[in-house]
Amino acid sequence: MTTVVRRARGATSGAGRLALALLSPTFVVLALVVGYPLVAALRESVFREGTDLDESGFIVEGSKFVGVDNYASIFAGEAASRFWNAFGNTTVFTVITVALEVLIGVGMALVMHHAIRWRGVVRASILVPWAVPTAVSALLWRWIFQADGVANSIIGQEILWTTEGWHAKLAVILADVWKTAPFVGLLVLAGLQIIPTDVYEAAKVDGASPWKQFWRITLPLVKPALLVAVLFRVLDALRMFDLPFVLIGNRKESVETLSMVAFDEASSLRFGPAAAYATVLFVYVVVVAFVFVRLLGADVIGEARERSRK
Amino acid sequence: MKGVLRFAGLGLILVYCLAPFYWMAVSAFRRPSDQFELTPLPSPFSLDNMAAVFTPEVGFGRSLFNSLVVAGVTTVLTLIIGVSAAYALARLQFRFKNIVAALIIATSMFPGISLLVPLLALFTDIGWINTYQSMIVPSLSFALPLAVWNLTAFFRQMPAELEQAAMVDGCTRGQAFRKIILPLAAPGVFTTAIITFIAAWNEFIIALSMVNDSKMQTATVAISRFTGAYGFDQPFGTQMAAGVIVTVPLVVVVLLFQRRIIAGLTAGGVK
Repeated sequence: MTTVVRRARGATSGAGRLALALLSPTFVVLALVVGYPLVAALRESVFREGTDLDESGFIVEGSKFVGVDNYASIFAGEAASRFWNAFGNTTVFTVITVALEVLIGVGMALVMHHAIRWRGVVRASILVPWAVPTAVSALLWRWIFQADGVANSIIGQEILWTTEGWHAKLAVILADVWKTAPFVGLLVLAGLQIIPTDVYEAAKVDGASPWKQFWRITLPLVKPALLVAVLFRVLDALRMFDLPFVLIGNRKESVETLSMVAFDEASSLRFGPAAAYATVLFVYVVVVAFVFVRLLGADVIGEARERSRK
Repeated sequence: MKGVLRFAGLGLILVYCLAPFYWMAVSAFRRPSDQFELTPLPSPFSLDNMAAVFTPEVGFGRSLFNSLVVAGVTTVLTLIIGVSAAYALARLQFRFKNIVAALIIATSMFPGISLLVPLLALFTDIGWINTYQSMIVPSLSFALPLAVWNLTAFFRQMPAELEQAAMVDGCTRGQAFRKIILPLAAPGVFTTAIITFIAAWNEFIIALSMVNDSKMQTATVAISRFTGAYGFDQPFGTQMAAGVIVTVPLVVVVLLFQRRIIAGLTAGGVK
C-alpha cells in the first residue's frame, strides 16, 4: 500500500517535467507555424515593398520602413473605402449567417432529440454538408444559382445571383448557412442529450407548457454548449474566404471580406498592406473572442477545467 | 398529429442536408449536351462528365494525388506530434494547464490569412512555392490544435484506473501509455485521423496561395479553376463530376463512422 502511495506521489511531482516534455513538440510546431507568422505579420505591416528613390536619387529595391502608413492608408487613404466595405461585408456575413445557423441548428437539434426512429439516418445525413469541401460547395451553389439554374426555376424568377449586388450577398449567406447550420445542430444536440429527463417530468407535473419548458429549461441548460458553438462559428465566419471567392469571385465589391482583401494584396506581392489587413482581421477576431469568453462566459476549455478540479 | 409533425421535421432536415448534394450528383451524370436540363434524374444517364474530368488536359488525377499527399502527411505529422500533448492535457496535473489548453485552442481560431501573408513572403524567399511542404507546414496550424483537442477528449474518457493499475504492476508512465493507453485509444486516434484528414483535404486558401503551378494544385483548387473542356463559359458538368469524386469518399467514410465522428466533433467543438 505504501509503495503505491509513494509511486503515485512520485508521479505527481514529476508530472510537471513530463508534461513539459510531452507538450513541447506541439508548442515548437505551433510557435513556428502560428507564433512566428503572427509576429512577422506585425513586423511586415510597418514596411512597404517596392522601388524607391533614396536621398541622393538612387533607386533602391526592397522593403522600406513606413511606420503606421499601411494602417493609415487602410483606415483613411485611397484604400479606405475598400477596407470599410470589406469590414462591413465580413461583419454582415458573420452576424446574419450565425444568427440563421443558430435558429436552424437549434430547430434541427430539437427535432432530432425528440425523434426515436430515423434518428440515426438523420444524424448521418447532417454530416454530409459538413463533409463537402467549402470550395466544392461554393461551386455547387454557383451552379444552383446560375441564371437558368435550378434555384431560379424553383422560385420562378430570373435573378442573376452571382453578379454584384444584394443577391450575391444573399447567395453567399444561403450557401454558408446550408453548410454550417447542421453542424451547429449537432453541437446543440449533444448539449440537449445531457439534460436529465426528470427535469422535464418535474416541469410537466408542475404544469409547465412545452413552450415554457423550452425557454425555462432547455435553453438555459443548453446555453453553455450553444455559446461555444456560436463562438466557433463566429470566428470561422469572420475569416470567411473560400465561399465568396469561388461562388462570386475575386475583387467583387459586394462580397469581398477582409480575408479576401488581404489575400488579393498578398497575391499582388504587396505584403505590407496585406499584412496590415491581416493584422486588423486578427485583432478583430481576438476582440470578438475576448468578448465571448470574458463578457458572455463562453467556457471554451470547460471539460479540461472540470477535470483538474476533481 | 405530433408524430406527423415529427416525421415532417425529420424529412425537412433530410431534404435540407441532401438536396443540394443530390443536385451535384444528378448534374454530374447528365450528358454535357443536356447539362442545363432540370429533370430530377439524369436522362439519359451519362459518364461523359466523369470521363472529361480525367482527360489529360484537365489532369485531375494528379490533383487528387496532390491532395492525398498533403492531407495524408499533414494527418500523420499531426498525430505523431499531437498524441503526447493530448495525453499530458488529459492525464497529468501540472501548473498552467488551463492556460496551455486555452493557448492551444486559441491558435485554431486565428484567421488563416494572418498566418499566410508572412509565410507566403518567407516561402517565396526560400523557394518553397509550388512544393508539398509549403502546403503541409501551414496546414499544421489548424490541424494540430484540432487533433490535440479531439485526442484530449478521447483520452479523458478512458478510466485512469487502467494505467494506475499498470503502474502498480511495475510499468513506468511511458510504458503504461504505450502498452495500455495507446491501444485502447486506437478508435479515438483513428477518428481524430479522419477528422483531421477531412479538414486538411478540404483546405483551400493555403493551397491557393502557395501554389501557382497547375501540376502541384490540390483537388479543391483545381476544381475551382477548371476551364471548359466542352467550351462552355464555366464547365459546370465537369466541375460537378469532380465535386462528386472529391466528396463521395468523404461522405462514405463519414457515414461508416458517423457515431465516432459525431462524438469527436462534439467533444472537439472545432471546425
